Amino acid sequence: MPTTSITLDETPLVLHLLRRADDALILGHRLSEWTGHAPTLEEELALANMALDLIGQARLLYAYAGSLAGHDEDQLAYLRDARAWRNCLLVELPNGDFAQTILRIVLFSAFMDPCWQATTRSADPTLAAIAAKAEKEVAYHLRHSAEWLIRLGDGTEESHRRAEAALDALWPYSGELFEADAADQAMIDAGIAPDPATLRGTWDATLADVLARATLARPGDTWMQTGGRTGRHTEHLGYLLADLQYLQRAYPGATW
Amino acid sequence: MVSERVRRAREAVSTVVDPEIPVLTIADLGVLRDVTEQDGTVEVTITPTYSGCPAMSVIALEVELALAHAGIEDGRVRTVLAPAWTTDWLTAEGRRKLAEFGIAPPEATSSRRALFGEPAAPPCPRCGSGDTEQISAFGSTACKALWRCRTCREPFDAFKCH
Repeated sequence: MPTTSITLDETPLVLHLLRRADDALILGHRLSEWTGHAPTLEEELALANMALDLIGQARLLYAYAGSLAGHDEDQLAYLRDARAWRNCLLVELPNGDFAQTILRIVLFSAFMDPCWQATTRSADPTLAAIAAKAEKEVAYHLRHSAEWLIRLGDGTEESHRRAEAALDALWPYSGELFEADAADQAMIDAGIAPDPATLRGTWDATLADVLARATLARPGDTWMQTGGRTGRHTEHLGYLLADLQYLQRAYPGATW
Repeated sequence: MVSERVRRAREAVSTVVDPEIPVLTIADLGVLRDVTEQDGTVEVTITPTYSGCPAMSVIALEVELALAHAGIEDGRVRTVLAPAWTTDWLTAEGRRKLAEFGIAPPEATSSRRALFGEPAAPPCPRCGSGDTEQISAFGSTACKALWRCRTCREPFDAFKCH
């Protein structure tokens, strides 16, 4: 009987890789939900391309985490229950409207762009190699989503209203990107991962630039949502996983 | 010293083409990194262009088939990520074939662009005009962007500078 659920020995490195990989896969899955629904053909291709990049990054990270933890990439994606997922809450929220979809990519990519750049200098050669590919891809995602956000914010009354609503809705989920617990600190001390606090300045500057051009006001400092990195998720993740994991749950070990 | 088997293996796998850009071989693309022999086993090293490039698994399969056709039964395909592939690795021959196929080749030197600003315009692969505009930074595959020529009015794919 094939395995239907796995539990992992989460060493600090495995946990770090899962946090990066789960962010990428869950956001990639959310973007893939736009396939067939995007406002224009060009945007359809763009969203699918970004989803493909993210899922590709997730595969590389899962393959590496799995080689350390004794599982293959598919088992890590398909056989973990919601509480074992380590993604931030930001990426698992429903897409909402197009403005919210775009704003989420801006918030996430503005963090991942300097994060992957710094990770190219990681003391871990495999992670550095993955970062060297990912940093080129995320630069495209940031540029594309930022250009859209400017058009939406500085567009019509309706698009401005929607962009503003998206900013208010998602802002409290941005703080989790900068969290670092004991496991993260071990990776930072070992020179394997960058300290997210050192990425804050770049993220702030990018957001200030884009929001100003979009004629959007940066929300004030507020209480930030947390919990995803330790498996305490919103109810939305369970529904997403039911879709993502259905086949391997219904037909354990199925291949084709 | 390169053995006869390695030479034969290299010749065979050099003809494998990219399933999405069938005029380019993996050698033209720079995806084929090395062919070596260790303890009697031929090992072919390839590297992905983009993390999510769906062509990689097809390319790996085609490489194994090409080896088998060349009579090398115990060939092995290894995928490496470092150093990361860049468009600089496209051969001059590859660039020429791309342009002939109707895809504008990437600029010769890759560079990280600023967050905003116009991307450098590739000349139209059909009429040669330099008066072109980008329609979308994302195209039909992960490695291409969508452009349009203002002179002949034809849309065309351009290989992303990466």
